[in-house]
Amino acid sequence: MSNDDLFEYLLRLGDDRLVLGHRLSEWCGHGPILEEDIALANIALDLIGQATLYLHFAGEVEGKGRNEDALAYFREEVEFRNLKMVELPIGDFAFTIVRQLLFDAFSFLQMQELQKSANSELAGIASKGYKEVRYHLRHSSEWLQRLGDGTEESHDRAQKAVDDLWRYTREMFAADEVEERLHAAGIAPDLRMLEPQWRTMVADVMQRSTLSIPSDVPPLEQDERGRHTEYLGHMLSEMQIVARSHPGAEW
Amino acid sequence: MVTRVAATREDVLELLKAVKDPELPVVDIVELGIVRDVAIDGDAVRVDVTPTYSGCPAMQVIEHDIVERLEMRGFTNVTVRSVFSPPWTTDWISDATKRKLREYGIAPPVDVAEADGVDQLVTIRRSRPTVECPYCGSANTEEKSEFGSTACKAIHYCKSCQQPFDYFKSF
Repeated sequence: MSNDDLFEYLLRLGDDRLVLGHRLSEWCGHGPILEEDIALANIALDLIGQATLYLHFAGEVEGKGRNEDALAYFREEVEFRNLKMVELPIGDFAFTIVRQLLFDAFSFLQMQELQKSANSELAGIASKGYKEVRYHLRHSSEWLQRLGDGTEESHDRAQKAVDDLWRYTREMFAADEVEERLHAAGIAPDLRMLEPQWRTMVADVMQRSTLSIPSDVPPLEQDERGRHTEYLGHMLSEMQIVARSHPGAEW
Repeated sequence: MVTRVAATREDVLELLKAVKDPELPVVDIVELGIVRDVAIDGDAVRVDVTPTYSGCPAMQVIEHDIVERLEMRGFTNVTVRSVFSPPWTTDWISDATKRKLREYGIAPPVDVAEADGVDQLVTIRRSRPTVECPYCGSANTEEKSEFGSTACKAIHYCKSCQQPFDYFKSF
């Protein structure tokens, strides 16, 4: 395990939350009801807050003077390490909720384990995120039950979202050498252990929601971190334009 | 020329009681449990704070206010350090502070023996804490949303006095 591994891993943790948080913030002012508009904005804020902590720590580990803003606003698309699932456009409300549930369940298990990380700084950041993601998971799982077990239309839209998103889920558990080395050093959880727990949790919520998990979905051709869909670049151009137009500006 | 009056840890904590959470102006940061430690070395002082929520925007204001307050009292080298472990919890809020919150119109956090079981997190029929209305004291209230006007609050509604209210959620 080298510093490069830890830096890479912190980027993964930070970028997943930064990109998903930014996507969620697109709902601000467009939520289906006021309470939900507020809830999605709150969750976006939590995710971006978590991203800030991971990216700040990543900058310290890297030791080249980059802080969280430099990493968020001045990296190119190919340098982002987030999952492809979190960069997809927000779609309809059902798509947003299904994606949140799939990610929240993953994040919940990840944070639960990371609290025990041999790296105490990482464990501390995760222990805070763990408390937040409990609220997120409750939010997305409750909404999925309302949608799945609601009207014919809400059920169909939720099922379509599950069908569309399922092929992206394998990437969460694609353990590469970086994850293996960090796991061996006691810093990161074993993704092979998390996957069955995640499947059980998600299957439970799907069953409560009268939704089914597709069985014959072809996986993505390239399910490794650092490859992106066509959507990330467009999102980043919007997210980064102000910081890049006024480098060094503070507000 | 400002004369420094505070020299001990206790004095600094006393000074910090003038710093409020901008979202909760009746509660200071010491009683909220955000200030975790104070270390003094001559004119230098380091304040350890722990964020409530990862993305709480009030933290930036609070850090700024801490520095301003202590510099005003003669400390020339004030640093604020973020510590994450142990994570902040509403269990650190005292009964006296909970009373202040209630008087301000925010229902204080209810101690719930929250089941850590995953089941509680994924069922819509989970048990919810009974939250008393801060205005009329009725327990006939309902949760509208676990996410409210700030990261630390939920939206509840009193069916007795028909008043929506903020609940400082258990965390």
